[in-house]
Amino acid sequence: MLTDEQIERYQRHIALKEVGGKGQQKLLNGRVLIIGAGGLGAPAALYLTAAGVGTIGLVDADVVDLTNLQRQVIHFTPDIGKAKVVSAKEKMAAINPEVKVNAYQEWAHAGNIMGIIRDYDFVIDGTDNFAAKFLINDACVLAGIPYSHAGILRFDGQTITVKPGESACYRCIFPSPPPQDAIPTCSQAGVIGVLPGVVGMIQATEAIKFLLGKGELLTGRLLIYNALQMSFTVIQVKRNPKCPLCGETPSIRELEDEVDVVTVCDLEKR
Amino acid sequence: MNLTVNGKKTVIADKESLSISGLLDELKVSDPLYVTVELNGDILERANFDSIAVRGGDEIEFLYFMGGGRG
Repeated sequence: MLTDEQIERYQRHIALKEVGGKGQQKLLNGRVLIIGAGGLGAPAALYLTAAGVGTIGLVDADVVDLTNLQRQVIHFTPDIGKAKVVSAKEKMAAINPEVKVNAYQEWAHAGNIMGIIRDYDFVIDGTDNFAAKFLINDACVLAGIPYSHAGILRFDGQTITVKPGESACYRCIFPSPPPQDAIPTCSQAGVIGVLPGVVGMIQATEAIKFLLGKGELLTGRLLIYNALQMSFTVIQVKRNPKCPLCGETPSIRELEDEVDVVTVCDLEKR
Repeated sequence: MNLTVNGKKTVIADKESLSISGLLDELKVSDPLYVTVELNGDILERANFDSIAVRGGDEIEFLYFMGGGRG
């Protein structure tokens, strides 16, 4: 049962026939994991907290840096040097103290990701490198946990929701990571600060719809957003029978880190 | 030859045959190693880019890797 305070806090949700008191209760019972507390994770974490998603996990080993603040709106100037998960958790507690925030100050890798994601209903990929994106896809598909993929670059973003075994996964589209020497660095490529805001909030919307069980998820459709053209394009993507992960004869049966791929930002530091 | 590429009608000068690799070259697609190709709704294997021929009326989508997000 919702308390009087909850009825007031979530009144604009409860007024929606697609949500109502029952839907709000589903959100309060919901558990969403956000991997990466940066550009995509920041808006997702803020809005999911405000929406009253009861348990939110954040995975990130990084600390807040001055160059983050142009777009990672959950981190403030005085947070520079602080762990991102700690900085984010403080803001989330201030927005909505009844949300339980689990902070994992570590990088997701093949050895720890299964133990983390199994406690969640839905996963948001807010990472910045191909190794993590493939790892999250593989872990979620193998564990049968739905998740939202997104990637951003310059003025472009793309996102797709994956329901394992039902809709196309990331490897159905991209069977393996691009070759290492084809990866540009973050500082070379750049990103317009508002871009991850738009894309991260689409991911948060998917998480909320999934928890509510309402509407059409962005499954089987890759949404491509271009901020310069202000265009949204949807490309239908079917499950790929030759997918190495969820195809007819999968070659990937257990988790492995994509060791050939370095993180985009590590390249800069060399 | 008339194709639909990323939703846009595209005219390519007629040739005896044009492979997916040839089309990527013809359209001057930058960073082809970043591109996955969907031909009439099916994702193609990169290994077959040289051998699969493009035909008039085909619908082709170029899908790009995008790695950013957290940083």
